[in-house]
Amino acid sequence: MGKSKTIKVDYLARVEGEGALYIRYDDSGVHDVKLKIFEPPRFFEGFMRGRDYREAPDITARICGICPVAYQMSALHAMEDALGLAPTPELRALRRLIYCGEWIESHVLHIYMLHAPDFLGYDSAVAMARDHPNIVQDGLEIKKAGNSIVRLLGGREIHPINVRVGGFYRVPDPGELGKLRETLERAQEMAADMVRWAASLSFPRFERAGEETYEFVALSHPDEYPMNEGRVVSNKGLDIAVHEYEQHFQEEHVPYSNALQCVLKERGAYFVGPMARYNLNFDRLSPRVKQLAGEIGFPRFCGNPFQSIVVRSLEVLYAFDEALRLIDSYQQPSEAYLEAEPYASRGCAATEAPRGLLYHRYGIDEAGKITDARIVPPTSQNQKTIEEDLRLLLPQYLRLPEAQLQGLCEQAIRNYDPCISCSTHFLQLHLEQGRGALQ
Amino acid sequence: MGKPGKPKLAVWKFASCDGCQLSLLDCEDELLQLADAIDIAYFMEASSRQVKGPYDLSLVEGSITTAEDEVRIREVREQSRALVTIGACATAGGIQALRNFGDVKEFTAVVYARPEYINTLETSTPISAHVPVDFELQGCPINKRQLLEVISAFLHRRPPQVPAHSVCIECKLRGNVCVWVAHGTPCMGPVTHAGCGAVCPAYNRGCYGCYGPKENPNTASLSHWWQEELGTDRVTLVENLRNFNAAAPAFAAESRRQEADDGKE
Repeated sequence: MGKSKTIKVDYLARVEGEGALYIRYDDSGVHDVKLKIFEPPRFFEGFMRGRDYREAPDITARICGICPVAYQMSALHAMEDALGLAPTPELRALRRLIYCGEWIESHVLHIYMLHAPDFLGYDSAVAMARDHPNIVQDGLEIKKAGNSIVRLLGGREIHPINVRVGGFYRVPDPGELGKLRETLERAQEMAADMVRWAASLSFPRFERAGEETYEFVALSHPDEYPMNEGRVVSNKGLDIAVHEYEQHFQEEHVPYSNALQCVLKERGAYFVGPMARYNLNFDRLSPRVKQLAGEIGFPRFCGNPFQSIVVRSLEVLYAFDEALRLIDSYQQPSEAYLEAEPYASRGCAATEAPRGLLYHRYGIDEAGKITDARIVPPTSQNQKTIEEDLRLLLPQYLRLPEAQLQGLCEQAIRNYDPCISCSTHFLQLHLEQGRGALQ
Repeated sequence: MGKPGKPKLAVWKFASCDGCQLSLLDCEDELLQLADAIDIAYFMEASSRQVKGPYDLSLVEGSITTAEDEVRIREVREQSRALVTIGACATAGGIQALRNFGDVKEFTAVVYARPEYINTLETSTPISAHVPVDFELQGCPINKRQLLEVISAFLHRRPPQVPAHSVCIECKLRGNVCVWVAHGTPCMGPVTHAGCGAVCPAYNRGCYGCYGPKENPNTASLSHWWQEELGTDRVTLVENLRNFNAAAPAFAAESRRQEADDGKE
């Protein structure tokens, strides 16, 4: 037995929110891996009780400033499920369009500002811009185009104000979308170059085989790449309706983390996010994305999470293709929203946040006040898989100098674009051990 | 590395959604220029480089909800020549300050299976409850143009040009039709701080107060007219006073007054 060593990162940089990493290992292997989440919980599920059902999209948006649209979409679809409202195809298309904007904005933030510095050896995008100004400027330009969709349809980029249960407060006229189209067309070309650039990065080798292969979980829809609806499926045979979610998934509390870890009851850890969507829905990508994936020789099933930066890039290009398609086929809805009368009911929904499956479930009373809420964000679902990755990765790279090894571990965490701010706000506190949740 | 003489900027996070610090990264046209003019010395969300203080300007996002953070904010203050809070959490306690209202015991019993295990304070408080603050930039989220103005003002040691008037003035500037007068839509605009650009009324929606109270707001009059003229029920009124800036003194006092009146009737 060699001497025991530790990797300790007290405050992870370039992730959203506050987390730490602790790994104990020696020559014989890894003995302890903890992704510690010390961000203080904010207890959304607690204080939403008694609030009006129409407030759920605006309140839950505040869980995450990076992906507020995802929270709004899951919340309003869950409320519409409870109230038996079905949005018209025109309203549905507009929701898909604003989601495209958020996918672009959030993915591009991660690709250029959080993840790329790992591949190119910088501590930030700003530092990277000194040597690679064009790459960073292109990234900012693409991100801005995504934000322009959210701004038009949502009113502003962060915590948009225009979506509501039943539809929108105001729907755009075709002229407004026409102007947006010009912006998106320019950025679409840049996004294709971004895919080629991302594919040219050099990726640490890491594959999981046999028992250790990932279970990818994502929504799947017969006609489209998944965003707002579909069944919950996996590559290991899961195929359920969203309302069956809680029968198959459960959250566990680990004493060192302020976030719950979600597992599949049958099989344990699983993997949500862009790689899961891509691997399970490749056929439903746009022709252009499929063609470009072929051109760069990228497989239709990707098993190396370090290549998630390429998958994110492909999804960004898809979001531009899809946004342009939606704009071209736009029919202005005759009504901006559908009216609803509340009654005592329950509803749930899952949508595809940029980082993966986001599940919401609510109960409401006859006055439309929320009686209970449950939210499962993507990062809670990926936490256990991140820890397993680190456990399996480290033994393959033990020869690296310690500083480099630590950098590799941090990069492996960033592969998942973890959003720690999202992950901590759902603590229901079924504590199993007599220890403080904060270390 | 920062050139000597460049002012040092630090960005700190407490209990929050990250949206306000993201506003800085959303300055797509200005970010690289900004990084040229100042040294972004500490910004964990964007950089793994951590330059030690003191800092010329600290931007603080988030509210104080733990004992550790009560200590940490004092350390941040000690290292900062100027400290500016960004957003509703840092300025008013944020949406998580809903825990400050109502029956705390009942609330904790609902949420916490074993409350004694959780190291969190019973309240969410703004930064100014703990340390002196040089400027508070309101908004949930903040406006990125105003953020750039505040950074520029502090680095040039001049007062920031951030108007403290109401959203109503912004509606007039934007040419919006008044949603209250024209459609009878309840709107928080008359008592809410400007800065968003009157975005909700521009989208046919009443303001829901996410920028917090304006200077000297007449919340009692607003409450009266919401109920008398617009027929809004008191529960809805309290929900609007008590959301993202629930603990801002002007909104908190009015929402408590409404609840007390409700008890009397």
